[in-house]
Amino acid sequence: MLAFAVLVQLAVMGAWLGAMFGTQHSDDEQQLRRQRQRWIIGGGLLLPGAAIVVLLAVGIPIGHKLLPLPTDEGEALRIDVTGHQWWWQVHYPDSDIQLRDELHIPVGVPVDLHLTSADVVHSFWVPRLGGKLDMIPGRTNVLRLRADSADTYRGMCAEFCGLNHAHMKFTVTAHDAGEFEAWLQKATTRD
Amino acid sequence: MTDHINSESEQLHQRLEKVWGNLPGWGTLAAVNHTSVGIRFMVTGMVFFLIGGLLAMLVRTQLALPGQTILSAGMYNQVFTMHGTVMMFLFAIPVLEGLAMYLVPKMIGARDLVFPRISALGYYCYLFGGVIILSSLALGIAPDAGWFMYTPLSDANFSPGRGPDFWLLGITFVEISAISAGVELVVSILRTRSNGMSLGKMPIFCWYILAMALMIVFGFPPLVLASILLELERAAGWVFFAVEGGGDPLLWQHLFWMFGHPEVYIIFLPAAGIVSTLIPVFAGRPLVGYNWVVSAIILTGFISFGLWVHHMFTVGIPALAQAFFSVASMMVAIPTAIQVFVWLATLWGGRVRYSLPMLWIFGFLVIFVCGGLTGVMLALVPFNWQVHDTHFVVAHMHYVLVGGMLFPLIAGFYYWLPHFSGRMPSLTMGRWVFWLIFGGFNLTFLLMHLTGLLGMPRRIYTYEAGLGWDWLNLLSSVGSFVMALGVAMLLLDFVFHFRYGRRATANPWGADTLEWATTMPASSYNFVSLPDIHSRHPLWEDPGLPQSIAAGEHGLAEIDHIRRETYGSDAVSGQVRVILHLPSNSWLPLRGALMIALLCISLLLRIYPLALLATIGAVFVLLRWSWHNGAHPRADPLDENEPVDPPLHSRTCDGPGLWGMVVTLMANGTLYASLLFGWFYLWTVAPQWSVPEDTPLALWPLLASGLVLSVAVLVFRNAATRLRAGNDVHLQRRLWLAAAIGAGHFGLLLSVLLNAPLSPQSLAHDAVLMVMLIYLLFHGGLATLLTAMQAVRVRIGYVGVRLPYEPMVLQPFWTYTLGVFWLAFAAFILLPMTFGAITVGGP
Repeated sequence: MLAFAVLVQLAVMGAWLGAMFGTQHSDDEQQLRRQRQRWIIGGGLLLPGAAIVVLLAVGIPIGHKLLPLPTDEGEALRIDVTGHQWWWQVHYPDSDIQLRDELHIPVGVPVDLHLTSADVVHSFWVPRLGGKLDMIPGRTNVLRLRADSADTYRGMCAEFCGLNHAHMKFTVTAHDAGEFEAWLQKATTRD
Repeated sequence: MTDHINSESEQLHQRLEKVWGNLPGWGTLAAVNHTSVGIRFMVTGMVFFLIGGLLAMLVRTQLALPGQTILSAGMYNQVFTMHGTVMMFLFAIPVLEGLAMYLVPKMIGARDLVFPRISALGYYCYLFGGVIILSSLALGIAPDAGWFMYTPLSDANFSPGRGPDFWLLGITFVEISAISAGVELVVSILRTRSNGMSLGKMPIFCWYILAMALMIVFGFPPLVLASILLELERAAGWVFFAVEGGGDPLLWQHLFWMFGHPEVYIIFLPAAGIVSTLIPVFAGRPLVGYNWVVSAIILTGFISFGLWVHHMFTVGIPALAQAFFSVASMMVAIPTAIQVFVWLATLWGGRVRYSLPMLWIFGFLVIFVCGGLTGVMLALVPFNWQVHDTHFVVAHMHYVLVGGMLFPLIAGFYYWLPHFSGRMPSLTMGRWVFWLIFGGFNLTFLLMHLTGLLGMPRRIYTYEAGLGWDWLNLLSSVGSFVMALGVAMLLLDFVFHFRYGRRATANPWGADTLEWATTMPASSYNFVSLPDIHSRHPLWEDPGLPQSIAAGEHGLAEIDHIRRETYGSDAVSGQVRVILHLPSNSWLPLRGALMIALLCISLLLRIYPLALLATIGAVFVLLRWSWHNGAHPRADPLDENEPVDPPLHSRTCDGPGLWGMVVTLMANGTLYASLLFGWFYLWTVAPQWSVPEDTPLALWPLLASGLVLSVAVLVFRNAATRLRAGNDVHLQRRLWLAAAIGAGHFGLLLSVLLNAPLSPQSLAHDAVLMVMLIYLLFHGGLATLLTAMQAVRVRIGYVGVRLPYEPMVLQPFWTYTLGVFWLAFAAFILLPMTFGAITVGGP
């Protein structure tokens, strides 16, 4: 996408400079008119049309994969996250674990985050794990994430939410399967 | 011989100047002339631009290094909120409207806009609204919830201060100004073109402005409504956006972006119009594909209203809807690409002259194409999810807005500078300015794309070191200071220009459009005589046109009657149909705007008795304004020697007033449609929507009031139809009758409202219903009042069989009032009954 964009940018700039400083190409009015028609139809209709088709052809399947549809890899793990000014309340409904500003997830398993807000609009975002989704009072949005390797990922609020918006952060720790079970065990008994 | 001609045209000039000139001294505040008002809009807009720029410098200073504490979090939030607000509402739109108000009459060969007093009112509303908004910054209580003011952050719970009130009231005030200018531009372009200038011969710039003005008419009302509702929620506790009680914060987002996205194109279209005007001039050839461009403009206008949801891809809306809005967002690339390639094709094969305006247009192209490309990327939903609300979007938006608006605007300023000053811009200085701004801009914002991809979100007042954002931010800040230096030099250049610039020759760029046929600087009346136009390029066809215009060889050169006159023409063919008599200098616009400002301030301070007084004052001023029409001694008293072919507009049934009314009703109808949208949206989508057991309205009195209204409209229409046919027997009595029946409707509706057990503070259902009833009451009451006034005017002789103009203007308002009543009845009573949402109690 980037390469294509750069290419278009350079081509348009080149054509512009060429048109500005280039010499007269032809004095034949008829031929000139045909040339110009070609410019407009080619550049104005075909070029963006083709670009849109390609973008959609690539983009729609990717978008589809991001949807929280049922998977064949079994049940997704559900975590409820509620945004507050300016902290994150994390709740695991299956094991009734309560956390603040941190999430723990297993590697390689899809996780469905049920997002809502207790006050103003927030947005849940872990840049390295994927897209963001708004947390809106009165509704619940579901975001599907999957971590592919064990690591600690930084997350933050991505919708302006007032005074301490800049400090509204959290971490997501992805554990390997066995480790996650152990963590779950420990966290449940601790409660 | 030459001296003789000169002294003759000098005499013509003196006589016209006496009629058209502004009052001396402080009297200049009473000016209504489009040249003065247009320049005031632009200068004020530039001042706001500098203020907005200063705020941007504060932001960049804060973000230059990680962990800085120059601004506190609270202050930073105020600063970035105000930066966006000032740039969007107080700079971009007004400056472009000012340029359009200045240029359009000159391009279409008219002496002024159709509603000069509205121009002046619009200016004062803008000025006072802007000052009110900025005063909050000076007081340190500026709005700090972002320029998009998302609820619930901006509601009374989470923003208990006065900041959001300043925003809501001030912006609504400014929007009134924008809409009135929009209405005026639409009617002026359609009804005051030179004789023979059909739509297809209109300068391309006017097509762009026509589209912009119509988009303002349809695009701004949703925000006006949203602001009113939010202010009601904040000040009176009515429920619209709070979840408890059945509101929905997403309703705000929908209404805001229904305005917000068209707004981007409202800014872009006139700027593109500048590009399309300048390129043919410097290529020395007509624009290739005029029809292509006109279609592209219209297409852009339509598509831009179908895109608003792309600002809301992350709120969790259904995937199918996302796909639809994603495709629509990409589609808008097509008309834009058509224009870019039309420009290329025009240059291609032309003999291009290199000049300062062209340098800026080249800068525009580079930046705007880049912004357009990142825009297509953003339209892709998965990518959007990733970069939404990061600095990538900040970079994209500035590429589109600065590239797409500021660069063409500066190109246009340099191009039209001789028009304001009679002098030529300096190439050396101008080049320095260009490269500083261009270089500074790219350094700031090109890098910001990367900062955003590295995950830096927007609207954070500080960040930690070591996230890979440090050097990018530092360089961005350096770039922004280079750009600021460029802007400072730009100002200096303008100052030098007005003092030392080389004198310009007539039509210095060899342009084709009529505005270069005026004197430089332009006179108050533009043209001594009004020519017939047979071509898209009048000055290329007939280079002698400026001289023959100045010598008074064309139409309307006689001025013995001391009326301000210009031609009113057919909307499509441009054939002259009437002579428009335009109002002269007036203090009413200033007084009206002062009253509205007082209303605004008293609402801010929550001194409601004062607000009531100010409202009465404003209504009084505006009614007085409408009083000075028709055969009023200050307007056109009937006279035996008045022109008959073409006649004065106040003697006809199809004057610009009627057109102004219809376009205003379009804006009003959009406001109403937004309210209906809100009703249906909350009804179907709000998470906790609930309705009272019984309908709170007394059904039979409501129905009766509707029937009474229908009778009033029938009576009025009947009177108007007879008047149009030349029959004014019992006209006065019929108008009184219509007013009396209208008053009956008003009374019935008021009693329905007063007796309804509505609790707008706890139920969104009741709050929306209440707003709707007040809306209907306002219209019924206003129609009644204006009709009574008409009856009085008939008695005095200001309206009558030779003066049928005003009842024709009023008639669509009655029809509209009737339409909105029954639509509301259907939406609020019949539909819920059908769906069984409410049960109907007895009368």
